[in-house]
Amino acid sequence: MVRKKKIKAPATPKRLLKGAVKGSEYKREAFIAYAILILGYGFLQLGAGLGIIGHNLQGQFVPICVYVSLAISLNLVVGISGELSLGHAGFMAVGAFSGVVMARILETYISVSSVQLLLSMIFGALVAALAGLLIGIPILGLRGDYLAIVTLAFGEIVRNIMNVLYFGIDETGLRFAFNHTIPLADNSQRIITGAIGATGIRQKASFTAGIFLALFTLFIVLNIKNSKHGRAIMAIRDNRIAGESIGLDVKKFKLTAFVVSAGLAGMAGALFAQNYSTLAPIKFSFNTSVLILVFVVLGGIGNIWGGIIAAALLTILPEALRQFADYRMLTYAIVLILVMIATYNPTIKSTLQMRIHKVTSRIKKRRKETGKEVA
Amino acid sequence: MGTVLTVDNINVYYGAIHAIKGISFEVNKGEIVTLIGANGAGKSTTLHTVSGLLRSKTGDIKFLGKSIAKTPAHKIVAKGISHVPEGRRVFQEMTVRENLEMGAFITKADKVKPNVEYVYEQFPRLKERKSQIAGTLSGGEQQMLAMGRALMSNPQLLMLDEPSMGLAPILVDQIFEIIRNLNKSGTTILLVEQNANMALSIADRAYVIETGRITLSGSGEELAKSEKVRKAYLGG
Ligand SMILES: Nc1ncnc2c1ncn2[C@@H]1O[C@H](COP(=O)(O)OP(=O)(O)O)[C@@H](O)[C@H]1O
Ligand SMILES: [Mg+2]
Repeated sequence: MVRKKKIKAPATPKRLLKGAVKGSEYKREAFIAYAILILGYGFLQLGAGLGIIGHNLQGQFVPICVYVSLAISLNLVVGISGELSLGHAGFMAVGAFSGVVMARILETYISVSSVQLLLSMIFGALVAALAGLLIGIPILGLRGDYLAIVTLAFGEIVRNIMNVLYFGIDETGLRFAFNHTIPLADNSQRIITGAIGATGIRQKASFTAGIFLALFTLFIVLNIKNSKHGRAIMAIRDNRIAGESIGLDVKKFKLTAFVVSAGLAGMAGALFAQNYSTLAPIKFSFNTSVLILVFVVLGGIGNIWGGIIAAALLTILPEALRQFADYRMLTYAIVLILVMIATYNPTIKSTLQMRIHKVTSRIKKRRKETGKEVA
Repeated sequence: MGTVLTVDNINVYYGAIHAIKGISFEVNKGEIVTLIGANGAGKSTTLHTVSGLLRSKTGDIKFLGKSIAKTPAHKIVAKGISHVPEGRRVFQEMTVRENLEMGAFITKADKVKPNVEYVYEQFPRLKERKSQIAGTLSGGEQQMLAMGRALMSNPQLLMLDEPSMGLAPILVDQIFEIIRNLNKSGTTILLVEQNANMALSIADRAYVIETGRITLSGSGEELAKSEKVRKAYLGG
């Protein structure tokens, strides 16, 4: 609805800003990313159905989808817009808690739980996007790494507010207070209880909802990346002064990417929350923001499908390593280092690049032969 | 001939640094006007103020009779002022053609093709290299690309910040030849240069800037002959 408009606006302009090569690169990237999501979903469902995948790992299906979505949406800021954000978990938290409250309210009006889930996710996205807008407006016009500092602070502020926030419903409506229990009538429901977090959440999240979230997030991010808007955002990242000199409204473009990314993180947070019966603010600490950033960096900044794989593997890994008990985090760290060496190893990288170059030049050649090349 | 740009008593600060101290000048339609001065005199700061990236504390800037002193930078480009910043700012990862297309970001879609053709006409070199990634172009070619890209928005006033900087003499000659041609085909030009010799040779009028003030002005020829300019900028 509101979201839809956002995708449409940048996607409509003429294809004037797309060279032939860029277009095929985009298609390749989109194809790989969608394929990973759909195949991954298929394999995991199959594995669970056949009993190959244990219950512990099955419990990770929703978090995997959530972290994959978060990696995709953070890539919009870090990879495509070229800004450092250290508060993605903050937006996730905003979406999670506002989503939980909305879900509770909807339970009295709507009986279908998937509709409750969907609406609460949309609400979580809107509130998180609003938070992104409020932070982005004063910051994104500035040059320099202010965004990193401010988003870091934002994540901490959100978590600290949630630590002291009490929120409930009774006959008089919604009630909230800071740092003490709210006096509520008997048949009241407490939704958020300070550091304990949200309680009594009905678990509505499912693997299927998770994969839809990831696909939706991917759809939005790829659409922006490939739009006229996206070209402007990447041009500014490439050379801000040149971007300004051709009349790009730098602040507007950076803000769009940031707000959309925040909204998508909020949506993921709302789904994440409804995978548990209670949800403590501590889940959204600075470490979580860094973890999401690690997915993006490990996947190769700006490489969306790389981020998807990194997020999925690194979410599964701690669970899969459970049998190593005490050595779990050690093994995790070692794997992290190995992955980093692999992705940043110049030999591996150049081999990969050569492959890709070969493929693209073959495509170009074929295009020329069939006379389709754009002048 | 009408006045395209009027800069009236601007004062620009970087924090506590008073970089521009009451500069006034104007550019008329069809002219090449040059601002010459040593490194750090305030030439780039002046251009940035005209293009809206910096603000003056006093005075006014008028473009085609209307004040643009408070207009945001991206709207100033749309009004018809193109700024080619110092240091060959091209989009490194895009091809030549894509760089040009980006230059037409705010231009109507049906103007893009003829504008690209016009740029290729003015810079045949860019046509030869249209599919090359901009980051791999030579310095002179990157300068041509930055200028070509600025033309894509149909500017009435083209502002060039030290286009000859760091280029071999033969390339400097080529770039100045192109500037002259662009001017002949109707573009009004405000040229900022340290290379006073070349700049004065093609300018209709010129201003000398020293530490944020205009200290001399006159026709290009007059200034080229002036004792003071010869001593300070032309090596005697
Ligand atoms: N970003 C900045 N911050 C502070 N001072 C600056 C900045 N840019 C330029 N200046 C100062 O303003 C003065 C004019 O600089 P500039 O306009 O770049 O000179 P020019 O282009 O003539 O070489 C110089 O003294 C320079 O040190
Ligand atoms: Mg300068």
